[in-house]
Amino acid sequence: MGKEIKRINSTELHKAIDRIAESIADRHCDSSILSVVGIADGGISFAQALARRLADLIGKELPCGAVNTAFHRDDFGHNPIPKSFQRTDIPLNVEGATVILADDVLFTGRTARAAINEIFDMGRPERVELAVLCDRGNRCLPIQADYTGFVEDTTPEQQVEVVINIEDPAGDSLIIHEK
Amino acid sequence: MTKNLNWTRKDLIAIEDLKIEELETIFSLTASFKQTLSRSQKKLPSLRGKTIVNLFLEPSTRTRVAFEIAAKRLSADVITVTGNASSLVKGETLRDTAQTIQALNADMIIVRHKAAGSPYFLSRLLEMPVINAGDGAHEHPTQALLDCFTLREKLGDLVGKKVTILGDILFSRVARSNIWALKKLGAEVTLAGPSTLVPELFREFGVQVRHDLKSALDDADAVILLRIQHERQTATHFPSIGEYTSMFGLNRMRASWLKPDAIIMHPGPINRGVEIDSDLADSDRSLILEQVTNGIATRMAVLYLCAHAAGMKPGNP
Repeated sequence: MGKEIKRINSTELHKAIDRIAESIADRHCDSSILSVVGIADGGISFAQALARRLADLIGKELPCGAVNTAFHRDDFGHNPIPKSFQRTDIPLNVEGATVILADDVLFTGRTARAAINEIFDMGRPERVELAVLCDRGNRCLPIQADYTGFVEDTTPEQQVEVVINIEDPAGDSLIIHEK
Repeated sequence: MTKNLNWTRKDLIAIEDLKIEELETIFSLTASFKQTLSRSQKKLPSLRGKTIVNLFLEPSTRTRVAFEIAAKRLSADVITVTGNASSLVKGETLRDTAQTIQALNADMIIVRHKAAGSPYFLSRLLEMPVINAGDGAHEHPTQALLDCFTLREKLGDLVGKKVTILGDILFSRVARSNIWALKKLGAEVTLAGPSTLVPELFREFGVQVRHDLKSALDDADAVILLRIQHERQTATHFPSIGEYTSMFGLNRMRASWLKPDAIIMHPGPINRGVEIDSDLADSDRSLILEQVTNGIATRMAVLYLCAHAAGMKPGNP
């Protein structure tokens, strides 16, 4: 790992998750079909943490799933075959649902675009919103998050690493470092 | 589930060439594609703008159709060329036909040919990916991939599982590909059938050879039945179809020798009443139609991986 530029610790990180959950709950407290879907792999544990916090706020369990963007990526043939095939698993009928798409880092916007297409392959949701823990700028597509934990200025070469351990959050962190 | 996937081949010619990691990559991707088959929107955009030619110079229903559906599910355009409808009947060589297809800006070719080695020959000649859909009695890699994927869905890890392949082994490319795949996956393979169709020489694959059906089926976790390939046999290898059925046809009584929850598979086309009794082919233990469905997802995975390895970019050659 190259030189560390910024570190956000577990307390700050979970405060941000709380803030995002509160904003979602405010806006969707009376939505009957609400679910949180994490973008594989990085967004999954963020989605789980968010769904858990939202369940406390709304007073009911929320369906929490995962979406794999591999088949909708626009860099087919450019990049190596994806390292993971965590399958798309959305535990509700997306038709008419409100889907909170969750990812740890928002960068170029290409992954979010592919995730939206993947969700629409399952049906037509009423609404899709994007929640990200860290917006690191450098967008290549006209995509913005509806809920953002941190906004950080980064260069395309820098890396942002997020660790969220749903069962043991004490060591959770967000680190920006040089390559 | 996180796995490291690796694949660098532009062609799929033979299971013999594949490493276990490559088999795992295909199975992992096949499972992902299988999940997409039940969506309301079944098409994925991966091969949008690509043209795939299905060059089938031997008869085929399920392999040809499964490749066509797989390619269409990935948004490719598919053109099927069959032997009697091509210039091969006018004397054009396979080499010229294939190079013509490449010059027509096709992006991939799927080949079935009666001559073993013809897909390998084309893979060296052509820049575009070549997928073997069956070459003589050599290999039928996608059939073995879908068979093993189906076996793993039902039996889990195949290490130590007893799989019997029964029937016309000598002329079967499906048997050869399945032997390679099953051995690589750690299964114990037994070949069974009349000695004229299951020569002792096959022991060199590291498999058991049995001519007595009871010992071949005893305690097996799965049996893969093979069709008697009249079209490849140049001499009589058994006295009559009736005698073959009476000695080696699978019926309810013989199926009872298998493990209680053993499964029965057949790559098709089946000859009802010859290698398998009709009611057994339609029973709960038979996965024959499951195999056909899994054939689509398997071929999507193969097309996707080979296209990826060839560096195909959406919309660009």
